[in-house]
Amino acid sequence: MAHSGIDVLTAGSNFSRLLGGLWVTVKIALIAILIGTIVGILLGILRTLPNRPLRFILRLYLEFFRIVPTVVLLFLFYYILPKQFNVNLPAETVATLVFALWVASEMSDIVRGALESVPQHQKEAGQAIGLSYWQLQRYVLIPQAWPLGLPATVNLMTRVVKTTSLLMLISVMDVINIGQQIIEANNKTAPNGVFWIYGIIFMFYFIINYPLSRWDKHLNKRRLEANH
Amino acid sequence: MSSWAIIQQSLPLFQKGFFITLKLATLGILGAIVVGIICSLIQYFHLPLLNPLVTIYTEIARNTPLLIQLFFLYYAFPQLGLRLTASQCGVVGLIFLGGSYMAAGFTGGFDGISPSQLEAGQAIGLSRWQLAHYVVLPQGLALSVPALAANIIFLIKETSIFTVIAIPELTNTALDLIGMYYHTNEYLLVLVVAYALILIPLSIILTYLERRVRYGAFGN
Repeated sequence: MAHSGIDVLTAGSNFSRLLGGLWVTVKIALIAILIGTIVGILLGILRTLPNRPLRFILRLYLEFFRIVPTVVLLFLFYYILPKQFNVNLPAETVATLVFALWVASEMSDIVRGALESVPQHQKEAGQAIGLSYWQLQRYVLIPQAWPLGLPATVNLMTRVVKTTSLLMLISVMDVINIGQQIIEANNKTAPNGVFWIYGIIFMFYFIINYPLSRWDKHLNKRRLEANH
Repeated sequence: MSSWAIIQQSLPLFQKGFFITLKLATLGILGAIVVGIICSLIQYFHLPLLNPLVTIYTEIARNTPLLIQLFFLYYAFPQLGLRLTASQCGVVGLIFLGGSYMAAGFTGGFDGISPSQLEAGQAIGLSRWQLAHYVVLPQGLALSVPALAANIIFLIKETSIFTVIAIPELTNTALDLIGMYYHTNEYLLVLVVAYALILIPLSIILTYLERRVRYGAFGN
């Protein structure tokens, strides 16, 4: 019987395997965003300190992760960790680490920018009533910086989700890698399968990212309205 | 063999990759700017029929990864009878992705134009096309320069993904060499330096340009 290609999606356990791959993708993105955000907030606060060497080092860290494409970062860690440092981590862990470090670097800049946008008199007023450094952060700066940095953070999240498509390059069994396996297995009987498999993966990414980018747009609009 | 000798031997190949990266990035970015300007003008003037199409296009392009877009172009489109070379797929993919980012950037710039400018143009009887040409574009493009700069850097970095459809650009060159000779550290070092050579001078130039344009904006 002739296959129309779409059958490849539903044949056997193909669809549940794709969903399993998607879960690997989402899991890595979530953990990286969580760890990266926490580390990034701390680094961002450190970057507002008047300590020049520290600021320089953190700036260097940010610029390195900005300049080197994520594909290259993945390979750097994937190849060099075991070779130079004798650290053998599973590919999924390497990927999570790279994404977390990348998110942390970008977050540090978002947080720094947001903290510096809080009006100076707010800080001075806090100091005047005798708040300690951490009280000032906790009760004055962070609550006001939060809405300023949120749109960029959501935008970063969509970028992280999209960048997880690179996981297959270091042979993580993510949704794309599994999709390719299914395509290869069915290539003879259903050459059209490639269309449907990549199509469904395309949809998966869109379904995850679209709400996030709507949220980002909404936040930006609200902030613009608040400014006027 | 010393590390330096290994690096030296690989340089001709990296040089080739370097120029392929530059060439494809330039074509892709120029195309993306054109697509971006057209889409943002359509959105700015709310042209009927075209406006919803642009919205659908930008949402799809922005919310899916370039890697899947490339796979589609390279592996799935031939099933429909549309066969492109790997390099063509790379450029088309970059324009498809970049066009949506550029459109968002330009739209942001156009929104920054004061409405009185537009009303003044309409008052002296400019047509839509004249408004775009003499009022919206000159001011809007100047306001979009920071977004344009960020997009250019972003798109150059995205060319590293071309390696998945075996275009011999920088990243692909490095991965190939690693696969053949296992001098991982040396090749990765050259790779990082090569990207730095493109991106650091470019980001300095773009920052300078941003400053110039901002200066110009204050001048009026």
